[in-house]
Amino acid sequence: MVPMRRRFPRALVAALRVPRWGGGRRAADAGPRPGRWQVVTVDRPAGEVLPGGRWPEPLRPLAGAVELWLRPAPGGRGTELAARPLGGRATLPGMAAHLVGDDPGRYLRDTLRRVKQFVETGEVLRADRSPVDRPAVPG
Amino acid sequence: MRALCWEGADALAVREVPDPELRNAHDMIVRVRRSATCGGDLPLLGGRSPFLAAGDVLGHEFLGEVAEVGPQVRRHRVGDRVVVCASVACGSCWYCRRGQHACCDNGDPAPAVAEEAWGQPTGGCYGHPRATGGFTGSHAEYVRVPYADVGAFTVPETVSDDRAVFASEAAPAGWMGAELGEVGPGDVVAIWGAGAVGQLTAQAATLLGADRVIVIDRHPERLRMAERHTGAETLHYEQTDVTAELRERSGGRGPDVCVEAVGAADGGGRPASLAERFAGRRAGRGVDALAVREAVHACRKGGTVFVSGTFTGFVDTFPLGAVMHKGLTLRSGRQHGQRWIPMLLERMARDELRTEHLATHRLPLEQGPAGYALFRDRADGCVRAVFTPRG
Repeated sequence: MVPMRRRFPRALVAALRVPRWGGGRRAADAGPRPGRWQVVTVDRPAGEVLPGGRWPEPLRPLAGAVELWLRPAPGGRGTELAARPLGGRATLPGMAAHLVGDDPGRYLRDTLRRVKQFVETGEVLRADRSPVDRPAVPG
Repeated sequence: MRALCWEGADALAVREVPDPELRNAHDMIVRVRRSATCGGDLPLLGGRSPFLAAGDVLGHEFLGEVAEVGPQVRRHRVGDRVVVCASVACGSCWYCRRGQHACCDNGDPAPAVAEEAWGQPTGGCYGHPRATGGFTGSHAEYVRVPYADVGAFTVPETVSDDRAVFASEAAPAGWMGAELGEVGPGDVVAIWGAGAVGQLTAQAATLLGADRVIVIDRHPERLRMAERHTGAETLHYEQTDVTAELRERSGGRGPDVCVEAVGAADGGGRPASLAERFAGRRAGRGVDALAVREAVHACRKGGTVFVSGTFTGFVDTFPLGAVMHKGLTLRSGRQHGQRWIPMLLERMARDELRTEHLATHRLPLEQGPAGYALFRDRADGCVRAVFTPRG
């Protein structure tokens, strides 16, 4: 049986760090988990998620601060894309920490979702601007 | 532009707000011609959503004319008359591609809010708080429509505005209850709630071949309307033993499919007192979902209960034991309108699906606060108030 990872272009795999994902530790001795993987499933093949191994725009500000992993999602659901702070640290270094604040998990998850949206729909959905963000209108 | 804004618990006002703007390439702007009230608005109106802010514009069931299109919009042009699905969905994700548009992965620009409340983010909805996208509502002169090619549908010329506006949500919600409840030929179907969604569920059940459709409510004028326009039998739940009556009318088995179309808006015979509301909110107490409980109790063994009504949080005393021991299938969902609206518009054009009688009160937008008061209190026979921004 061909290992799942072989389905990806070799250059793409080489461009990514490939650490163990959730490997090894049992729940009983796990304790608090620093640097938990954040994962989204993108309903597209891997070649469209990171074309040519390049990081899409929403992820680029985190280059050098996070590691990525991707693999085919079961049931033909596309590709699972995961990220966590580099080296499994609970916080991110340098400018990334400034961007992320105290909750890198939420920030990473939000970033992955924006990648997913961009790949699936061609753009990232923007919220309506609230009245306070816009020029005042006499009421 | 003018818009109907939420000002605080049970307080609405028509105010001047900024015009909407194109924010994405797939957006368009629609000039609203009809915008309907919905029972799902009532918990918002009553201030039971922690995420609604003063000044937010309500409304999510609407129809209008295309006023402006983004560069990636392909299916619509300025001037088209369109009905817009109340759910905001991308049409491209795994859920949308399976017809579960209200579960869209990409319809909510602030997914962390829903993730915290419900575990995963869902599709967006106009005129609702941030947990479903925070999109500005349709009780306004103009609305921004994201993913316009996916969520907006050209209305056939022969279908009036007053009929087509219900294709935005009430009709697909009704169809969903019957179809996902797996109504089939020969079935006995019981529906709790004779509002717009309940009546349209009854019509859908009949179109899907149900042998007997029974609608349950406590408002006589709604029951009469259901009898006249859907051909359903009716039960006044304050005047009869509903479970016994349903058992008798279904050969002792219980209905094959039970659809709850009430939600948290009208769950009992009397409104909660101020003290109860205060205590309930302070204690985080759930809603008493009487209709859901009765539907579970009445349903035949192995039958299906479908929950169409809008709930956002917890309910008290849910009869999980009956669900388990009777082997019931329990389904629910916000409507996946993109899946059914083209079919529903065709049925409207063929006169198979009639909805305009549900618009019992047609009012200019400036009378929005009065319209919601009628709708909330079920006063003057109000089933739906429908606003005309330029009326």
